[in-house]
Amino acid sequence: MPEAEPIISAVEIDKFFGTFQALKNVNLTVDQGERVVICGPSGSGKSTLIRCFNGLENHDAGQLVVDGIDVHADSKEIRALRQDVGMVFQQFNLFPHLTVLENLTIGPIKVRKISKVEAEERARKYLNRVHIPEQADKYPAQLSGGQQQRVAIARSLCMETRVMLFDEPTSALDPEMINEVLDVMVELANSGMTMVCVTHEMGFARKIADKMVFMEAGEIVEVAPPEKFFTKPDSARCRAFLDQILEH
Amino acid sequence: MPKFLQRLHWLDYVILVVIAVFITAISLRIGGALNYNWRWDRIPNYILRWKESEGKWVANLLLQGLVTTIRVSIYAGILAVILGTALGMARCAKNLTIRLLARTYLEFLRNIPPVVIMFIFFFFLSEQLIVALNIESWARGIARQENNGMWEFFFGDMRRFPSLISGVIVLALFESAFVGEIVRAGIQSVPLGQREAARSIGMSGLQEMRYIVLPQAMKKVTPPMANQFITLVKDSSIISLISVQELTFKTVELVASTRMIFEAWIVTAGFYFIICFGLSLLFRRLER
Repeated sequence: MPEAEPIISAVEIDKFFGTFQALKNVNLTVDQGERVVICGPSGSGKSTLIRCFNGLENHDAGQLVVDGIDVHADSKEIRALRQDVGMVFQQFNLFPHLTVLENLTIGPIKVRKISKVEAEERARKYLNRVHIPEQADKYPAQLSGGQQQRVAIARSLCMETRVMLFDEPTSALDPEMINEVLDVMVELANSGMTMVCVTHEMGFARKIADKMVFMEAGEIVEVAPPEKFFTKPDSARCRAFLDQILEH
Repeated sequence: MPKFLQRLHWLDYVILVVIAVFITAISLRIGGALNYNWRWDRIPNYILRWKESEGKWVANLLLQGLVTTIRVSIYAGILAVILGTALGMARCAKNLTIRLLARTYLEFLRNIPPVVIMFIFFFFLSEQLIVALNIESWARGIARQENNGMWEFFFGDMRRFPSLISGVIVLALFESAFVGEIVRAGIQSVPLGQREAARSIGMSGLQEMRYIVLPQAMKKVTPPMANQFITLVKDSSIISLISVQELTFKTVELVASTRMIFEAWIVTAGFYFIICFGLSLLFRRLER
């Protein structure tokens, strides 16, 4: 296999919120086409880390290169970066004043500057992919949580990004809606999309992950392929965490 | 018996009767003490007047004033929304200098009485800006032209254009401070997640404002904004002090020449009330 540039490369990243250190000396690479799942107890810095990946947070020390762009640079470069790095949020963050279709087309039209017709065609294609083509003309508030999150995924897809970041995409959902979102994410993973997911859904992680990352207290404690990660992780802390959430 | 009467309790009747007795007593007392000669019959003539020489109805003092008040309110309202939106955005800017400038402007306007502000601005506007831009002679030029119907429709008598425009600017500057605060509150009421979502699809700061934040903010601030617009209509009466010939100014003129103090001011109050109450009904309907 040819050695390609990793699409995300984080070297010795530190991040502070005031005096609280949210990330401590974090090293992580994500290769093209790789699916990385980050897990760990809440407050361990998982979300902060992936928010650094598209510049929603700025790290304080270390080097972070995403998609060939040094994230810490001026805002113009950050914008170019964000067009190639999609993000799906825990709270969906759909635009409530726009219809589903407009939510999906506003980025391509205003940022990518493609025509409205083309953007709508693209939007319908991705709505099909998340299995809700019939909801195109509704407003987000008229949809269920699971549908909203699938629209949010489609919104990211419409930007045709090279990487997708998922920040606990199922944590705000009612239990019966989690699977419809996870199914879409599995299909996405199988299509070869590069993904970085922060999630507590270990069944899903097992199914799609190439690389499992365990974080605690701002540090990466363990990085391992899933088969090793779920059966015999090196660190005791990781084992304790897994025991806790896999118990049920 | 109508339905609303059935809903009244006997105590409500007692209250209503007491109020009626009170009002009657007061008005009888005034009628006796003031010895005022009411001349209501002359009022309509000061609203619309039959002009013999041209053979048509023309607006007289009160109606002229009312039209000017409406013009001034609309232009100042539009200008105040534009300035206020910019100000509100500046109040939320990342750049500290911009934020401080906006804050300074706001605090000055908010903590000085409007009349004082008006005199200060007016001196600057009329003595400096109007002169520098040569607006006076430009307006006179238009006033002399034959086909100035369009200009007259929008701005009334063009010879008074400099004073009208000064009044509009002064009023807009003053109101923009309050509009700015309303817009700022609206912007800050849009959840942070919305802005992050906008940024994460690669929008610039301006695009984020224009397509995501402002549309949501404006929807939320419609009620206080409507309220502010009504306040603006009422505040417009103070520009009578710089000789803008709006309703209050014309009423002062009318009272000075006819001594119909109560009739004129009651009619003027009625005009203001109709505009403002009409606006509040309109906005209430729009909100739904």
